[in-house]
Amino acid sequence: MNPVIKIILQRLALGLLTLFIVSIVIFAAVNMLPGDFAEAILGQGATPEAVAAIRRDLGLDQDPVTRYLQWLAGALQGDLGNSFAQANFASFVGDDSGVRTTVAQQIAPRFANTMFLAGVTAAIAVPFAVTLGVLAALYRNSVFDKVANISTLTSISSPEFFLAYVLILFLAVLNPLLPSLSNIYADMGFAERLQKTLLPALTLTLVVTAHMMRMTRAAIINLLASPYIEMARLKGIKPMRVIVHHALPNALAPIINVIALNLAYLITGVVVVEVVFVYPGIGQLFVDSVKIRDIPVVQACCLIFAAAYILLNLTADILSILSNPRLRHPK
Amino acid sequence: MSDFLVEMRDVRIEGRSDETWMPIINGVDLTLKKGEVLGLIGESGAGKSTLGLAAMGFCRDGVRISGGSVMFDGIDLLAASAEQKRQLLGKRIAYVAQSAAASFNPAHKLIDQHTEAPVQHSVSGKADSAADGIELYRKLRLPNPEEIGFRYPHQVSGGQLQRAMTAMAMACRPDLIIFDEPTTALDVTTQIEVLASIRQIVEEFDTAAIYITHDLAVVAQMADRIKVLLKGDEVEEAETRTMLSAPTQDYTKSLWAVRAFERPEKPPVATDATPVISVQGVTAAYGTVDVLKNVSFDIHAGRTVAVVGESGSGKSTTARCITGLLPPRLGIIELDGEPLPLDYRKRSKEQLRQVQMIYQMADTALNPRKSIGEIIGRPVEFYMGLRGAAKRKRVAELMDQIELPADQYIDRLPSELSGGQKQRIGIARALAAEPKFIICDEVTSALDQLVAEGILKLLARLQDELGLSYMFITHDLATVRAIADEVVVMKDGLVVEQGPKRDMFKPPHHAYTDLLLSSVPEMDPDWLTNLLKERGVDNIGDAAVDKMS
Amino acid sequence: MSTVLWSLGAIVVLLAGGWVMRLAGQSLTGNKPFFRDMPLAVAFGYVLGAALLLFGIWYYFQPAVTADGVPVASVQFFRWAVQGVLIGAAAAFVFRLIGRTLGTAGSRKMFRQMPLTAAFGVLVILIYALLAIFAPALAPHGQEEVFGQANIVPGGNPALGGNPDFPLGTDQIGRDILSRLIYGAQNTVGIAFATTLLAFVLGGTFGFLAATLRGWMDQVLSRMVDVLMAIPSLIFSLLLITVASAWVSGFGLTVAMVVIIAVIDSTRVFRLARAVGMNIVVMDYIEAAKLRGEGLPYLIFREILPNATAPLLAEFGLRFCFVFLTISALSFLGLGIQPPLADWGTMVKDLSAFINYASFAPLAASVPLLAAGAIALLTVAVNFVVDWMLNRSSGLKD
Repeated sequence: MNPVIKIILQRLALGLLTLFIVSIVIFAAVNMLPGDFAEAILGQGATPEAVAAIRRDLGLDQDPVTRYLQWLAGALQGDLGNSFAQANFASFVGDDSGVRTTVAQQIAPRFANTMFLAGVTAAIAVPFAVTLGVLAALYRNSVFDKVANISTLTSISSPEFFLAYVLILFLAVLNPLLPSLSNIYADMGFAERLQKTLLPALTLTLVVTAHMMRMTRAAIINLLASPYIEMARLKGIKPMRVIVHHALPNALAPIINVIALNLAYLITGVVVVEVVFVYPGIGQLFVDSVKIRDIPVVQACCLIFAAAYILLNLTADILSILSNPRLRHPK
Repeated sequence: MSDFLVEMRDVRIEGRSDETWMPIINGVDLTLKKGEVLGLIGESGAGKSTLGLAAMGFCRDGVRISGGSVMFDGIDLLAASAEQKRQLLGKRIAYVAQSAAASFNPAHKLIDQHTEAPVQHSVSGKADSAADGIELYRKLRLPNPEEIGFRYPHQVSGGQLQRAMTAMAMACRPDLIIFDEPTTALDVTTQIEVLASIRQIVEEFDTAAIYITHDLAVVAQMADRIKVLLKGDEVEEAETRTMLSAPTQDYTKSLWAVRAFERPEKPPVATDATPVISVQGVTAAYGTVDVLKNVSFDIHAGRTVAVVGESGSGKSTTARCITGLLPPRLGIIELDGEPLPLDYRKRSKEQLRQVQMIYQMADTALNPRKSIGEIIGRPVEFYMGLRGAAKRKRVAELMDQIELPADQYIDRLPSELSGGQKQRIGIARALAAEPKFIICDEVTSALDQLVAEGILKLLARLQDELGLSYMFITHDLATVRAIADEVVVMKDGLVVEQGPKRDMFKPPHHAYTDLLLSSVPEMDPDWLTNLLKERGVDNIGDAAVDKMS
Repeated sequence: MSTVLWSLGAIVVLLAGGWVMRLAGQSLTGNKPFFRDMPLAVAFGYVLGAALLLFGIWYYFQPAVTADGVPVASVQFFRWAVQGVLIGAAAAFVFRLIGRTLGTAGSRKMFRQMPLTAAFGVLVILIYALLAIFAPALAPHGQEEVFGQANIVPGGNPALGGNPDFPLGTDQIGRDILSRLIYGAQNTVGIAFATTLLAFVLGGTFGFLAATLRGWMDQVLSRMVDVLMAIPSLIFSLLLITVASAWVSGFGLTVAMVVIIAVIDSTRVFRLARAVGMNIVVMDYIEAAKLRGEGLPYLIFREILPNATAPLLAEFGLRFCFVFLTISALSFLGLGIQPPLADWGTMVKDLSAFINYASFAPLAASVPLLAAGAIALLTVAVNFVVDWMLNRSSGLKD
């Protein structure tokens, strides 16, 4: 078999295995704790019926392995269980006929919103950061490089909410160009949706661009120091062609890697930024659910975030294998 | 207009270190006529590569030409614009780098990289230049010249890549080629083939060349004239034959003399003597691949056994088996007639003490965070139990033995010492254990020749004084000639031949030994010519190895 | 559409400017290589930079108050930012000057080679350390002390609704903001520092063990770390804090958070310690020590650790920043350091509504930014210092 296909299949299998183990970790973290979870959730004053209802709903009366397998099987079919957001507790106490929100119902629309936010961010940040990074590497130790170095360090060092409020201050309050609250509805038009998403996306862009640009710069500098670039210059090749023909094919792998790693970083950023802008995405849902200890939703969000993270890292891995000539053309 | 192709006058070059500019070349003149080959030799740090690149009007990052003039065929390279220089590079001046594997772009096929310069400089079209490339590959005796250009660099071996790079430099038929240590990274049997190819093609096209190397014997084969550099200054320059037979400067004379060092022969060992170390039928593997196959030899008290072979022959693996770092799969290793446990972790402190090791790279062999006193003092304390004043006294004695004044050096860190001094500290650390047997793993190959000779003499003296036995791992036959009593020749994990030194340097012997021995360049400028005649053109280097196996 | 045209026009003007500048440079300097070999794009860059600088200077000198007496908050904030940068740079310059003349030969040499950014970093870290240690002495009021008047405007000017006793005003339940900011240094920085330390003890120990022992122990530890690192750290901490919050609250939850973040972060330290350890373990001097018969403790503490301090110290700085930002983010979300302890992340969350008053009361709006800026300033400072350390240790590679 072609060794590249073999390596990629190996990476895919490894990624799946990791995701599987991560799901066990997430499940275990919540379920393997000592004591009775149902009581902890409802507090001291809970009626025995309510406790029993939650126990039954969570399947606490079954052994952990069975419970995990049921949860996993459900998750694979898109059934992530029922939310126990406050409004639904009535249904636990009374009969089972009450209307309940499933986790999937809660997550689906918000997941789409978050993807939209991440997409807008990536569309702005990736070309911007890669261009700046390449420029900084080509003109390293120039004034431009130094200014870029200080600004990106400052941007990386700032908490997301600081950047968010500074942007709100300048672009929403002092110069009312964009709305500071991102109240998005399902039937909103694209232009309006984009306008409301722009401020959170810009905040994320600032954070991600800084990381991405620094890593691109480092990768390109590393590449420009290689003997074959010197050789190309000594062959009298035009500077532009040295970059495009000699540096770029070899730079693809590291740059793709940088992009994927930083998109993975978006996942952490998205949580805080969605809270600041009250953006109805999965990050905000996650934080709200943590606050009210809505365990099934927390678990599900966690699993989605982890899956996205693993997927992005896997993509980075596979794309850099594909762009490596040593692997593409085996001996 | 002068009759020189290259004329460099009073060239001064500086390099940046810690925000200040330090001189690298202090006013050197260099001239080269059309079709002439100039050898540029010197030790590491002599500035020979920097000078060679300056002849192209090129400086690496952090280096600048601060004075003098560089003229190429009437063009002032220091005043020329970047664009003017670009049009010369590749077309009229070409460069062959030390590491061909790193200097070919991994993303493009060899032939595409070959045709790039002719096409970009509008010298010829892509098809013509590719056809010419194949012709050059054939001239340079690359296997499958029609097909090899369509491979990627990582699919071709090091010696072949080096020849492909020479072909690439020839693509525009330049007036001048700079060869920057083109054979340093290669094994001797491969080196010879590359040398022969380079010489042939340079002669055929009457190209002028600057050949940069640290190896005197190599430069003797290649150059019409030789220029010797030392720390950025010119020592002397003369025609090759004059330079070899009658150097005028002390420094040059001392370089030539290094080659002459040889120990007096020792009487044969009594047949019933118990060897200090006896390796018997050792087979060892990394994973499932056997890298050593049934290796046996003895090392007697007060003797030096040189283990020679090219990279991958298994000589360092043999050392790892003896020290117990790599327990062999089969076979036994005896110390003084007693079998040693195969794993070093199972050996007693006494057994560990008796077998010591000196490493190739003194930089990685000494802990950079410990003072010289601590480095030498640790085995003294660990094995002999000496502390305080007694330990200090013993460390001073040891430093005396390696000819370094204790009061000056004992509190220094390794980074404050020169390469040769560091290697001496490594020797002192081995001596501190008061061992019977020391493994010397390429201990001189990272050092300049003069310094290396000092180390060899020191080791010889210590052997006479202390009755030590050495196992000397090396790929350099000059070192073998200088220090060995017996020689073990290895190839692909097998011992191909072993015996006393005088037998080994006299024919007849095993075909591989012959090849190995005859491939080591000698100072005689006719050596390569004669050898090629002797072997026949098709039977040199790589080709000969392939034929044998 | 007009915006696009305007920007295109600007680019053309700047390009022309660059071309003229290059031509002028060439003829004025007698065709020096600097101008002779300059591509047009670089000339464009210089002109663009100059234009931006000029615009900044022009904007800085715009009136901060209109003719009608209405404050122009944008100009005011811009001025504050510029002044902040200038004062910081000046302070760093003076600090570096002092360092170059006082102290031992070694420290003088260090200050001589230090870039301004690193000097600024060291100065800021020193100030934060002093603030954190002497917070009770420096703060005018207690961190939990509640005063009668809530939401006093900062500035201390009674005519504008301020109170000289509370120079930065009071928060929504009447606590002195200045005092809480100062105590915040103690709580936020102290807790982050303790967490990082714990992460290093855990990750460092296991990392070096794995590098030295190799074999199955290394395999098991590394695979465990792989799995833990496959979950984004902020998400995983939130999950574990949810679980912890079911059992403990208040100060107990803060402690739980410290442990959770330390364990999650120790995986990153483990990776680095193992990699650094591996690089050292393959050195010949380690082989020499092993063949001498040295035991594991000697190998780790006397041979490996002294060579690992430089990269570990730099990593400590970076990890501290990361932990500090994570804790601040958690606090901002209301799930980190628990009240009544004063802490910057929580303060930003509580005071964030003031931002909306920016156009008529710039001072009030700056208070939440002050708390967030305090976080950013320390991380910037640490990053500047680490950047310098890494550059210094990598030598001339760049």
